[in-house]
Amino acid sequence: MRKTMPAPVFSIKRVFSLKIGGEAGQGIKSAGLLLAKFATRAGFNIYNYIEYPSLIRGGHTVMQINVSTDVVTGPFLKCDLLIALNQDAIDKHHEELVDGAGILFDADKKYDLSKLGSDVDVFPIPLSKIAKGSGGLELLSNTVALGAVVGLLGGNINGLKTLVNQEFDDKGAEIAQANLESLQAGYDYSVKNFAGKTKAILKEENVLSSAIPQMVINGDEAMALGAISAGLQFASIYPMSPISNILTILAQHQEKFGYVYKQPEDEISAINMAIGASFAGARSMVATSGGGFCLMTEGYGLAGATETPLVIIEGMRGGPATGLPTWNEQGDLRFVLHAHQGEFPKIILAPGDAKEAFDLTMQAFNLAEIYQTPVVVLIDKNICDHDQNFQIFDTSKYQIDRGKVIDDVNPNYCRYKLESDGISPRAFAGSGNFFIANSDEHNENGYSTEDASTRNLQMQKRMTKLQTCAQNHMKGPQLYGPKDADLTLVSWGSNKGPILESLKNFSNVNYLHLTWINPFPARELESILKSSRRLLNIECNYSAQMGGLIKEKTGMEIANNLLKYSGRPFFVEEINQKIESTLKGDPA
Amino acid sequence: MTLQELTTPHSLTWCPGCGNISIWAAFKNAAMAEGWDSTNTVLVAGIGCHGHIVNFVKITSFQGLHGRALPVACGLKMSKPNLNVFVFTGDGDCFGEGGNHFLHTARRNHNITVILHDNGIYALTSGQTSPVSPHGFKTKSTPQGNPDEPINPLALAITAGATFVARAYTGDIPKLTETMIEANNHQGFSFIDVLQPCVTFNKQFTHQFFQENTYQLDGSYDPTNKMAAYEKAQESGLKQIPLGIFYQVEKPTYESQIPSSMLRAGDKRDLSDLFKSYT
Repeated sequence: MRKTMPAPVFSIKRVFSLKIGGEAGQGIKSAGLLLAKFATRAGFNIYNYIEYPSLIRGGHTVMQINVSTDVVTGPFLKCDLLIALNQDAIDKHHEELVDGAGILFDADKKYDLSKLGSDVDVFPIPLSKIAKGSGGLELLSNTVALGAVVGLLGGNINGLKTLVNQEFDDKGAEIAQANLESLQAGYDYSVKNFAGKTKAILKEENVLSSAIPQMVINGDEAMALGAISAGLQFASIYPMSPISNILTILAQHQEKFGYVYKQPEDEISAINMAIGASFAGARSMVATSGGGFCLMTEGYGLAGATETPLVIIEGMRGGPATGLPTWNEQGDLRFVLHAHQGEFPKIILAPGDAKEAFDLTMQAFNLAEIYQTPVVVLIDKNICDHDQNFQIFDTSKYQIDRGKVIDDVNPNYCRYKLESDGISPRAFAGSGNFFIANSDEHNENGYSTEDASTRNLQMQKRMTKLQTCAQNHMKGPQLYGPKDADLTLVSWGSNKGPILESLKNFSNVNYLHLTWINPFPARELESILKSSRRLLNIECNYSAQMGGLIKEKTGMEIANNLLKYSGRPFFVEEINQKIESTLKGDPA
Repeated sequence: MTLQELTTPHSLTWCPGCGNISIWAAFKNAAMAEGWDSTNTVLVAGIGCHGHIVNFVKITSFQGLHGRALPVACGLKMSKPNLNVFVFTGDGDCFGEGGNHFLHTARRNHNITVILHDNGIYALTSGQTSPVSPHGFKTKSTPQGNPDEPINPLALAITAGATFVARAYTGDIPKLTETMIEANNHQGFSFIDVLQPCVTFNKQFTHQFFQENTYQLDGSYDPTNKMAAYEKAQESGLKQIPLGIFYQVEKPTYESQIPSSMLRAGDKRDLSDLFKSYT
């Protein structure tokens, strides 16, 4: 079992932050993931944060692996140990090294270390020399470094070797062996040469040995697994950062779990294909980023007008236009709310971490079919890309709900029959029931019509579905921390992570986390906001889009905002600082 | 299916003499002959005068967006490969807004039949030039004459990878009926370019023009030769517009490459083993 939260110390000291920095193509991401999995297997909690450019070779990539005996949910600015695979990593990150931090680098490279503070421990290791000596190439330098890190932090190298053996199982015995030898050699080197300077960060005694197995998973993976679990039958996804990993997973498992994944020619085709599949009765989805969703906008309303169920995953990155392809932003909230001409019911959900992404994706498949309308899962790049450990997902309580589907053939069948809850009986194409799924305004059978009263009744029927959804399925905001607080933080999406991390430092601050964007839990939110002493709205966009939505829906304006649109997420230290200054009454 | 069973209560909204009426008639003849109904057949239409057809045939249909009928049909066919899928599209719908989808649907060889209502003009928006309108063609949008060269639908279909490419015209309903049945029986992407008049907006390509200038390919023509088909597709001019099957070849359809294991009911999946691979 993991330890419960200890007495409040600044969480910055309870979390060990390790960074691996170098060029894209140096295997930084896979090294970071190995280390995270290793730490998790040893009973620790992890949160990974990666920064990488939109290219395949070169540029600067850095992965942060945060390790703690407690749950850890967000990225930190500070760094306790830097593994520098090039000079750039030293130049860009030396200022983040805290007192007593360490830096590990290749001893044979002539790096300029003059900028390092005197209180930084230096761990020069002949990484590439050791790598070559272990039967590997220079490429295995990062593996040597991993072994050295485990040595420096008091971990059990056998655990990492077991993991590497499993991960490299399909790459051939020779490659696995070279990696194992590199690990051991790096480990031996650091244990032998830095005996006095090691820290007991990864010592297994720090956690109880009966740890429950944990998944190390990011948002893309969680949403793909959620979709498959929820009975996915058809997915058409055009590659785009930050959701491409969803299609990688879906493509890989389609024969085993029984669904069709199709790479279409563009996002317009993607959404229309998925609508066609759903019309035929398949549980269908698309996934894209804001730019792809621009192309899907016309299909979004088509699904609404024809009342065709559809799950749309929209992974937000920095916009507008090509923007910041591999960076984060919460700039598409208003976009998914208002995209497409005219009005139609849409359900919009925004997960705050990979576990919520898994759960809401599963729920989205049911909601889409229950309400016969598009459901958007709006997610930050920060969640798509970043690994966190969670207990193995439990789907035992989930039940497939396909909504009002008729099985029999009825000569008088009406696809768009007027119903008080707004939901008409659905038949699948090919069932023998005649209907027209019509993008033109239509009557109850689906025949095109421009009759005014029919138009009014069909419009009212469609829009009523939102009220029904609000009554039957909508969840209110989630309150974290004490009920009674001096300061209430309001936010959504991936900000949840650093906010919860920050909350560990303040006993008089709570957090209101919003996951339902449309329909919107206005009344519940309003009552909490009204009873709050002081409010702070936190968002990764320029214009406080959620703040605006809250004002629109509740009439309440949150004047105090912490906004960021640099493409970087909120770091725990930034939230800490803003909370402190707000509590002191500083308006900025 | 009887004519009565195929009839809807919606009255026709096409101009008297419109070529769409012949396409409608031919399709109903084919449906009656082949037993196409809402248990085995689905129609997908784009937007334009042609798209109104869904209101006049009592077989389950999807009227989508302008230019987007093809991807809807692809998704439908991939999910339910046993259905006969017919796409009704116009020359603007198919080659203007929907050009990209046409290329990719053809090359993937989805097992569907595309019926092009080819009147050479945008009619529903009241007479603008279309991607197949000839150079110099005068319309509301090209009063000085069309500066663009037209797309050749047959040549494009052959190049893009269609495996059944035919041309018919609306003056010969029995032949059009026959072609529709052959196209549906063909396993793969079937494309019929149906030359039709627009009696209201296109004064150049009239019934009489097609009557006088088209001819039927005879038994001496070999439709399996791709280069010959491409060459034949270039033939045009007075008395020189060929009709018939230009190209037909057997290739694996997209749907034949979908293993039956991938077409499973929308039931809950147990992923416990996959979850464990993330530990």
